[in-house]
Amino acid sequence: MIFFSFLSLIRNFAVKKMRQHAAIILLTACAVLLVAANLLWGSLDIPLESVVRILSGESESQNPAWRFIVLESRIPQALTALLCGASLSTCGLMLQTLFRNPLAGPGILGIDAGANLGVALVMLLLGGSLGLGGLSLGGYVLVVAAAMVGATAIMLLLLVLSHTLRSATMLLITGVVVSYVTGSVISLLNYSATEEGVHNFIIWGMGNFGSVSLAHLPLYAALLLVGLVAAVLLAKPLNALLLGERYATNLGINVRRTRGFLLCCTGLLTATTTAFCGPISFLGLAVPHIARMLLRTSDHRVLLPGAMLTGGCLTLACNLLCTQLRQGSVLPINVVTPLIGAPVILYVILKQNKYT
Amino acid sequence: MIELRHLSTGYGTHIVAADLNARLKEGELTSLLGPNGVGKSTLLRTLAAFQPALAGEVFVQGQPLGDLSASEISQKIGVVLTERLDVRNMTAYDMVAMGRSPYTGFWGRLTDEDRQLINEAIEQTGIGPLRERSIQTLSDGERQKVMIAKALAQSTPIILLDEPTAFLDFPSKVEMLRLLKRLAHEMNKCICLSTHDVEMALQLSDCVWLMEASGRLATGSPRELASDGSIARFVSREGVSFDAESFTLRIEG
Repeated sequence: MIFFSFLSLIRNFAVKKMRQHAAIILLTACAVLLVAANLLWGSLDIPLESVVRILSGESESQNPAWRFIVLESRIPQALTALLCGASLSTCGLMLQTLFRNPLAGPGILGIDAGANLGVALVMLLLGGSLGLGGLSLGGYVLVVAAAMVGATAIMLLLLVLSHTLRSATMLLITGVVVSYVTGSVISLLNYSATEEGVHNFIIWGMGNFGSVSLAHLPLYAALLLVGLVAAVLLAKPLNALLLGERYATNLGINVRRTRGFLLCCTGLLTATTTAFCGPISFLGLAVPHIARMLLRTSDHRVLLPGAMLTGGCLTLACNLLCTQLRQGSVLPINVVTPLIGAPVILYVILKQNKYT
Repeated sequence: MIELRHLSTGYGTHIVAADLNARLKEGELTSLLGPNGVGKSTLLRTLAAFQPALAGEVFVQGQPLGDLSASEISQKIGVVLTERLDVRNMTAYDMVAMGRSPYTGFWGRLTDEDRQLINEAIEQTGIGPLRERSIQTLSDGERQKVMIAKALAQSTPIILLDEPTAFLDFPSKVEMLRLLKRLAHEMNKCICLSTHDVEMALQLSDCVWLMEASGRLATGSPRELASDGSIARFVSREGVSFDAESFTLRIEG
């Protein structure tokens, strides 16, 4: 009898591990397929055969416009979307653990509003000449730096308030207030900016993965990869933080230092994605929950890669949807993301009510 | 094992309790008693190095607590707190395994030795059947035992518990204290808990720390504190009297 219960215990354990491995492998396969799909189908109809030819290097025989679209537009766009999704989801997961609040996320906490403000200051104050399309690498660095300052400022504010932010309501209210304040400052900036600057800023604000060109991709990817690797390295302290600050301290974790690292890490990821792709709503909040449901664990060593893959897949899917919904034109990404995010938020709130 | 010398506890400039002198011994269960607001939790938090001493010193195995690094403290003192955990998707086993964090490497990978210690902690606390259950599905008493197992897996000579019997029903309170007493005696641990369950604490503890409203910390065996009238001063009021012989309270109707 005891032997059998022991056996089932081992089996349960093995099943859980296997399930997690299977989920990670499945997500990786999905990501690969979705990247491929994003290369094959875009807003412009290019025959599949030609796309495959162009990708396999036999591009001389192909239409040069198609070649340009596949190599210079679709490839960077797919990679941009993949990295953006992974980054925002990682931010959401880290924030939810740091604030011990399932409704935390870069968007709802107003962190991307901070990044917004930074970008607005640069784009609107420095005139219309700084539209993202025509930016030099130096200009990009400036926009990213401004976004980073804005995002970090909001994170610092939240950390100072974090002792009262334990409750979901307080957290949400703070995020909304921060967003209103930055919104009003941005309106003010818009008022005094040039027409071209305003136009650029509005386009940027709709969210677009097409704005990172092949030339800017290395900078974008490098910044995000630094953030993502740093996040994975924080897996152990993040696991301890799940138990709260005191337990984490008692387990030998330097909570203050960990918070500092988390602050820099989320700041970097949110600022970079926001500066390059615009504010992408809801992904950061929703994806960690989907990853938890898929992986059924709270262990960040599994959850972090899981959330990155889930976020990457969802973002690629959203991007594909945006190019396919209306032939010949591309919908802004923020038209689609709330459709995924909102149901997850409702689910989390309903589930919370069940427990309390 | 732990020694308090002229210790003052509090926050910033606000002193909660001053000039505390006492000792905790290994292999003993010590109960920290006292009225609400007298500073029991503040004292425990100071002993666990969550907040600094305002004056005086805490010595842990002869070393000043202030000189120990976070990592050293995590291998000497384990804690069980009152705050309610809101962790989803974490099994009892994973929670107990968290106790090994001070010893595992950068990635937190468990060795065979770690796993053995985790299994021993689970066995000692009798939570074997809960191993694969999710923390949020456990009752308060079950969760409390899981946290004690976590502290055992942490392999610290000292375990501090903040009101481990609060929120429990009567049989669970008794079970909890008996478990702690057994762990102190069998594993030679130094265990200190704060509690409001006076009768039970007197009957089951080896030693009592009584924080009096005056700010004095009276220490001694339950028998000593009962016979010198300290306990009676703490609990007796109109309608309640304390019987020092049987360690019981009598309530007059």
